[in-house]
Amino acid sequence: MTEILHKFTRSIPDWRPRIEPIKLDEANSDQLEALQITPSNTKVSDYVLTLAHDVESLKVRSPLFNAIMYDKGGMSRSEREIGAIGASIVNRCIYCASVHASRHAQLTKSDDVTDKIFVDGENAKLSARDAAILKFAVKLSDAPSRANKDDLNELKTVGLHEEEILDLILSTSLFGWANRLMHVLGDPVRPTVNED
Amino acid sequence: MGATDEVKMKNVFETTVLSLSGVEASSEAKKAIQNRSNIFNMSDAAEDAVLRPREYGAFDHGMRAALAARIAFQHQEDDLAHKYLEDAGNFKKVANPSYKGETKDLKSILSFMDKVAEDTRNVVAGDITALKSAHVNDADIVRLAELNSFMAYQIRLIAGLRLMKGAVDDRDIT
Repeated sequence: MTEILHKFTRSIPDWRPRIEPIKLDEANSDQLEALQITPSNTKVSDYVLTLAHDVESLKVRSPLFNAIMYDKGGMSRSEREIGAIGASIVNRCIYCASVHASRHAQLTKSDDVTDKIFVDGENAKLSARDAAILKFAVKLSDAPSRANKDDLNELKTVGLHEEEILDLILSTSLFGWANRLMHVLGDPVRPTVNED
Repeated sequence: MGATDEVKMKNVFETTVLSLSGVEASSEAKKAIQNRSNIFNMSDAAEDAVLRPREYGAFDHGMRAALAARIAFQHQEDDLAHKYLEDAGNFKKVANPSYKGETKDLKSILSFMDKVAEDTRNVVAGDITALKSAHVNDADIVRLAELNSFMAYQIRLIAGLRLMKGAVDDRDIT
């Protein structure tokens, strides 16, 4: 039986849905459009096939996700990932935390920050700038009212400008959304090993 | 044509999150917000898709509005809650967080929605099984999760933007 993972991990798990994903060969035209199926691209994850049950939401969320995490200007991509990781540790989304820790490590070419976050969570000893970003993300994720004026002023004190603060609010909020899909609709499981 | 091309563009300060956060076009955050106007317009499009979809399954627009209002009330976002409550029709009582449902099935649905909204980290496979036992099919489980998840996003965005406005206001005073 496949093992469900309960601890944060650097190795990206597989994701096992708790409900039946749609079957690609039974998808309607709206679903195929949302899944961006083309003759050369027929590989779709179980996660996306699960979300395709609600195709109208899927169609608007994918471009919104990409805009928040990847649009140019404002906060660096690696710091937006800290917003995502902060939300994911609050919501205990093992899968999201793993994927976005991996992206942060790739972007910064270091595991240092995410290793510390996985061990000590909100209290991880980071640079003043990373610590302020993480603290704000954790509070906004935990209960929006926990994030206060002092936390925002701390972001300004460590050098974040308005554009960066807005991007942090966006990436953190976005993972309030993503975590509730990934963590609620499926389980993170140890990847199966192919013995080819 | 991609999904983003279909988003109806409007004055960014008239989008739900900006109008309810109180951030005004004259604020210091104006430039940052305008640089991300596509995101705010896409967020309104997401609201339409989640709250007022063409294919609504077992949960019609009134019930969705009531559930959205319930989550907003749970997070003390009363203005947002009242905005949705206006569309809740016959389901207004569902918007009250202290209402737990009269039938077994509705109790299960509200219990699931409350847990996902407020205690996300402790959601387990058994919570999905309970929904299935309450005759909620797979597609409707995804619809409930999307509605709940979108509300988490919208509420946090409003709260964060309100803080941006507050910090600017305080600095102006001093």
